Amino acid sequence: MLTLTVNGQAKQVDVENDTPLLWVIREHLQMTGTKFGCGAGLCGACTVHLDGVAVRSCQTAAKDAVGKKVTTIEGLAPAGQPHALQVAWAAEQVPQCGYCQSGQIMQAASLLSKNNDPTKAEIVAHMDGNLCRCMTYGRIQRAIVRAAADMRAKSGS
Amino acid sequence: MTHIERTSLRRRSFIVGASATGLAFGYVAANGIKDALAANAFGPTSWYSIAPDGSVTVMVGKAEMGQHVSSAMCQIVAEELEADWSKMKIALPENDPKYNDPVLGALITGGSWSVRMNFETMSRAGAAGRITLIEAGAGLLGVPFSECRASNSQVIHSKTGKKVSYAKIVADGKASKVWTADELKAITLKTPDQYRLVGQSVPQLDIPSKIDGTAKFGIDAMMPGMLYGKPVMPPVRYGAKVTKVDDGDAKKVKGFVRAVTLDDKTATTSGWVVVVATTYEGAKAAADVLNVTYDKGPYANVSDQTLIDEARKLQADASAGQLFVSQGDPAQAIGGAAKTFEAEYLTSINIHAPLEPMNALAYEQGGVWHIHTGNQFATRTGGIAADALGVDPKNVVLQQYFMGGGFGRRLDADMVVPAVLAAKAVGKPVKLIYAREDDMAMDFTRPLTVQKVKAGVDADGKLIGLQHDVVCAWPTARWGIPGFLTPSVDKKGPLDSFTVNGADFWYTVPNHRVRAILNELAQHATPSGQLRSVAPGWTFWAVESMIDELAHAAGKDPVDYRLALLDGAGANAGGAKKLANALRTAAGRAGWGSATLPKNSGIGIACVSSQERATATWTACAANVEVNPANGEFTVKRLTIAMDLGTVVNPDGVKAQIEGSALWGMSLALFEKAPLKDGALQVSNFGDYTPLRMSEMPDLDISIIANNDPPSGCGEPGVTVVAPAIANAIFNACGVRVRSLPITAAAVRDGLKAKG
Repeated sequence: MLTLTVNGQAKQVDVENDTPLLWVIREHLQMTGTKFGCGAGLCGACTVHLDGVAVRSCQTAAKDAVGKKVTTIEGLAPAGQPHALQVAWAAEQVPQCGYCQSGQIMQAASLLSKNNDPTKAEIVAHMDGNLCRCMTYGRIQRAIVRAAADMRAKSGS
Repeated sequence: MTHIERTSLRRRSFIVGASATGLAFGYVAANGIKDALAANAFGPTSWYSIAPDGSVTVMVGKAEMGQHVSSAMCQIVAEELEADWSKMKIALPENDPKYNDPVLGALITGGSWSVRMNFETMSRAGAAGRITLIEAGAGLLGVPFSECRASNSQVIHSKTGKKVSYAKIVADGKASKVWTADELKAITLKTPDQYRLVGQSVPQLDIPSKIDGTAKFGIDAMMPGMLYGKPVMPPVRYGAKVTKVDDGDAKKVKGFVRAVTLDDKTATTSGWVVVVATTYEGAKAAADVLNVTYDKGPYANVSDQTLIDEARKLQADASAGQLFVSQGDPAQAIGGAAKTFEAEYLTSINIHAPLEPMNALAYEQGGVWHIHTGNQFATRTGGIAADALGVDPKNVVLQQYFMGGGFGRRLDADMVVPAVLAAKAVGKPVKLIYAREDDMAMDFTRPLTVQKVKAGVDADGKLIGLQHDVVCAWPTARWGIPGFLTPSVDKKGPLDSFTVNGADFWYTVPNHRVRAILNELAQHATPSGQLRSVAPGWTFWAVESMIDELAHAAGKDPVDYRLALLDGAGANAGGAKKLANALRTAAGRAGWGSATLPKNSGIGIACVSSQERATATWTACAANVEVNPANGEFTVKRLTIAMDLGTVVNPDGVKAQIEGSALWGMSLALFEKAPLKDGALQVSNFGDYTPLRMSEMPDLDISIIANNDPPSGCGEPGVTVVAPAIANAIFNACGVRVRSLPITAAAVRDGLKAKG
């Protein structure tokens, strides 16, 4: 038994130490917003935050998440108060099939938490590990720029 | 084999009637009206329904895989229904024939057909609903029907302004009407100037759930007490047999239940084993240590080169294949031509690799098999599951989900076979999930293609004769459904037109022959599938490369050369001029002939009538490419696309599809290849199969040409126009002609060396 803190809630899970965090979240806790894409850290569909930093949950052992704050797409923002990125994602009509988008948003959120005015090159460098098979990259870039501007406006910087 | 009956809505009535949850609207076969009116049979799962709160739920028979077709269908219904857009909702059906596509007679999604083939049906469904609601609303208001109109989910009495909402009419429960097929046909639909929703970029209804993680894909299905399945794949794509399974080590893995060797009577799979365990991580760990021995079967020595050699042998055989196009006498025309050209064009095997790996949850309950998965061809897939189980297809219920990418991959049924057979073997629900490596190794691929094109031109360089041979596996013939095959013009039996569509282009060439040749070896060794855009993804690669070669050889401008061939003569009336217009648009926006380009740069042009001649979307592309002459490396700087697709239901949705499809075209042209060696696809994960990423994206300039023609498709044509445009740009930049996809820097470098 391991105890994990997921989206602010303590969860007891009956898994091995080395069980990928991805399967703990998706199947044991049945929080399916986090997606399985490659199982090898090559696509980014499974991206979640560990203490606010984007990680690939398919490459993270469950035991390594113990004592840290795990945040998934379901916990990115309080209910009814979407994250600036989610607002921007809707405004730019980013998703097509949508399967990679939880991971894209979680990856982008960790960028904007450190840098609320990223250059295009910084966005590309930060997001290049997240594959979108529908190739919505142009809209993802625009949504990140839009969300960053929104965050700056709200913080007055 | 699955039986597909192409039905016609001309034989169907439309019924509006009260149901348990509101008012239901749906087409029924004429002989089914009585049953349909019985409340139990005519439930809320019709084409659409209105609940007492006024929400309108459209049951979308089309697979939603990111093309936002579900939203487009709602837009079409809401337009004629005069429904409030904020009240529209999507529901995804089971594989019940009552949701069959009205033209195709099956639950199938592909071909960029959906909006084109459903526009009128959905429009009439909406209009009949509106009229029925106005009649009921007029009754409630106590005013004449003729003085009422509908707007924004309300019936309004024009003279007095009195109104009653659809919600109230539904709650009243009296609206009911049977429309005969003739009455339906007599409804006057809106003219484009009356549209208020069609043509507007309303927000896509599937998007909110794809932003907050609540969208449900097949892989997200859960069932109490379910077990997990992980396939163990054989070392060859097809033809292997399992000779021995040693589960000694697997048994030591926590949660291991059983290794099930599939006895697949449908022959969809060969040599597959499913490891079942209480967790997915347990199933995977046990699969990793399962010791399986195989007879690799008859195709264990097949490689890309074997398939190419076989194709060349077939192409050289004049008796091989069947004719798709036969006009004039191309052999004589080419024989007597002032100048002749001959070239071979190749395309590699490619895989779909949708980001959601194949999966299915299967269980049996009360004699009925339930399968939860996202699928593009529920009619056939449900039938294959039934055949694998040996049960009546009507006892297989396939519940549709959102698809984490389809691209044609989910037209196939392989994922349901291991799920149902494993669930049957262990007697419990099993959720089967392919690892990425399984998904790539067992893809139903875009086939390897070898095309030979011979052309003859007159003294002025004008094309007077063309022979085009296309040799490949036949993906659609593999389905064994006669309705999807096409008679050959030389009456040598049906051919798979989904391997040659596009070769029947809109250029006027008096002597033209297109031969479709099945590569039997490839058909068996590498079962192929429909990969986004299918045949036009390779036929236009050959045609638009060759046309460019002819233009340059004649010393003519490649745009002018194409425009001259698009003269609209005879059978090419209409379409050719639309394609010419798209070509001029793309060329103009790209600065063709006017822009000053940097050194070692070029613009390449291509234009296509994908997908089929009868369903053409007029598409042109100009690609800006820069080549490094020192090493052959090149960069695609910009793609300029112009597309004429008639009536545009949702302009932003169309733009999104063009963006994605153009980048798909570029990705297939440059970055994607699945080599075949020793009977196996040499790809395992996104480290060796490498679709385009954000850092590789060029600038995109997209022009949508919308007019009042019937709507056409937009999901695939963009894929087909990009590869030849890039190759033609490389030629313009550095004089090297590349005739094999994907285009590599090495090929350009070799070309530069050969040129000296």
